[in-house]
Amino acid sequence: MGYAEITLTALPIGQQARVVNVGMQGLTRNRLLDLGLVPSSLVKAVRKSPGGDPVAYKVRGAIIALRSEESRLITVWPLD
Amino acid sequence: MNCQHVGTLKVLSKLNQDKSDAVIALAGNPNTGKSTVFNGLTGLKQHTGNWPGKTVVLAKGNYRYRNKIITLVDLPGTYSLLANSADEQVARDFICFGNPEATIVVVDATCLERNLNLVLQVIEITPRAILCVNLIDEAKRKGIVIDFPKLEALLGIPVVPTAARDKVGLAALKESLHQVVFEHKQLQPLSIRYQERIEVAVATIQREIEPFLRGKINSRWVALRLLDGDTTLITEILNYISGTGPDSWEQGSNELKAVKCYE
Ligand SMILES: Nc1nc2c(ncn2[C@@H]2O[C@H](COP(=O)(O)OP(=O)(O)OP(=O)(O)O)[C@@H](O)[C@H]2O)c(=O)[nH]1
Ligand SMILES: [Mg+2]
Repeated sequence: MGYAEITLTALPIGQQARVVNVGMQGLTRNRLLDLGLVPSSLVKAVRKSPGGDPVAYKVRGAIIALRSEESRLITVWPLD
Repeated sequence: MNCQHVGTLKVLSKLNQDKSDAVIALAGNPNTGKSTVFNGLTGLKQHTGNWPGKTVVLAKGNYRYRNKIITLVDLPGTYSLLANSADEQVARDFICFGNPEATIVVVDATCLERNLNLVLQVIEITPRAILCVNLIDEAKRKGIVIDFPKLEALLGIPVVPTAARDKVGLAALKESLHQVVFEHKQLQPLSIRYQERIEVAVATIQREIEPFLRGKINSRWVALRLLDGDTTLITEILNYISGTGPDSWEQGSNELKAVKCYE
């Protein structure tokens, strides 16, 4: 272990983490939960788009793209 | 009245004009092969109809199996039925108020886990669901192995593996559907239990709304959506249940408002 919780935005490309909290409300929250991004899900940062934002993440076998305004509201626990 | 509902009624009355023994909804995440299944079963190249007032397209087609005429309705691809978007609302309204005899959920075998969210949402509304696990050829290519009997046991609904593009499994899908709809095969779909305090609230709301819903809609599901604060659903239910009379409309509206306040 030895890691602290970070925002999903700070998760380096190639690293895996466990979702701790999806810290937004309303439709955006529902949308993310429906895509399988729920507390305890595994998430992996896969690659950055050319501009650096959005970033592609792998969640439950599928790739989703999140903008930093979304990913910075999600906290995760990085795994080795 | 909102236009969405007028649309629902129009589509439904059109469906009823056709000579058909059963109406079956085809639901699923985007791009899982719903239209390919639809075309494979009906032999059509997707006949589409516009949903009035919305930029959403529904396709409808028939096939005959064991002397029954089945009408399939291809719903928009959605990740959810929680009405986060117009497409989701159309899919939800059809499954909920369109009274399909059964709903086929088409899922992608290469990312089953993500697709199961929608499956759980569908079986929370209706026990008459069939799971079509499509793209098994792709899954095989990627080395993904799925334990179908176990999936069927866990979900409590029939599970049919298909590779719809090559018409693999479509005969089994027709047969499975026939058994559910015409041979009244008993299904015991997985029932999702929530935390105790939610279950208590659900039970209380259910008691309040059951007389009002008159067995037309699954009261547990409506209670859960009321707890979500889903106002689009309240409007749709009022349209559906209270019929056309302005009096019953008013009354129904007050009853549901009372439920909202209680919450
Ligand atoms: N390999 C393979 N490809 C398939 C299969 N079924 C469908 N496809 C392909 O997957 C793509 C999407 O299929 P559609 O039938 O359009 O999917 P859909 O669920 O109707 O998509 P939306 O309506 O956009 O939600 C098409 O290119 C199909 O040819 C299958 O069993 N195996
Ligand atoms: Mg389609």
